Amino acid sequence: MAMTEQRVSYTLDSSLETIDSAEEKATRVATELGFGDDEIMQISMAVREGAVNAVLHGNNYAPDKKITLAFELIGSELTITIRDQGKGMDLSRIPNPLAPENLLKTSGRGIFLMRSFMDVVEIRPSSTGTELKLIKHVHGSAGGGKEASQ
Amino acid sequence: MTMKVGNRQIDGVTIVDCSGRITLGEGSVILRDTVRDLLSKGNKKIVLNLAEVNYIDSSGIGELVSAFTTTKNQGGELKLLNLTKKVNDLLQITKLYTVFDVKDDEAAAVKSFK
Repeated sequence: MAMTEQRVSYTLDSSLETIDSAEEKATRVATELGFGDDEIMQISMAVREGAVNAVLHGNNYAPDKKITLAFELIGSELTITIRDQGKGMDLSRIPNPLAPENLLKTSGRGIFLMRSFMDVVEIRPSSTGTELKLIKHVHGSAGGGKEASQ
Repeated sequence: MTMKVGNRQIDGVTIVDCSGRITLGEGSVILRDTVRDLLSKGNKKIVLNLAEVNYIDSSGIGELVSAFTTTKNQGGELKLLNLTKKVNDLLQITKLYTVFDVKDDEAAAVKSFK
């Protein structure tokens, strides 16, 4: 992504390769925007987790369903949007992975990690798929806030 | 980038030297198969040396939990050794640091088994 552009998007298959590809793209964009090493890792991991959810839980590896991944620089915010074409995530079924009864579960930490690493995480499920929006303030670590300025 | 493992035996303890990435797909599968293979052969004192693991995602974290509980359920013990800062931070924020027995010295890790 040339950062003179304000937005770039990709349409990707519902495959394991897409997950690695999404992570690599996020790393490249975050690096170009001048994020520090820790923030680059956080952004790339959040995108990886979002892509995992889209490929596995959203599209369920269906070859006829696509993932769209978009990076957009709006003011001082990097906004990353991941959409799938699944049935829509049931937000009421997302457990708290820090609850004692869930600590030893082998799954259910992806959204928690995204929320830990990004300034804003919005999940919008619908009957035609789930849209995930991840926002990181450029130079976000210096700002220290967890809410996006609107 | 692909995960690699190698096993060593010290005083009845199996040290599994892991390197690369433990992520959804091949990395998680290799770890799962390695631990299952060790347990099936009666090796129930296991140390995962993660010194060379530079990346782990939520699937990899889940695989570590699975390896821990599977070993425990079969009467064994699984400990973690030499966490990188990234892996250490992930186990801290997921509160799993208190679940795993984490060591930073191999000799001490071997001695810690009953």
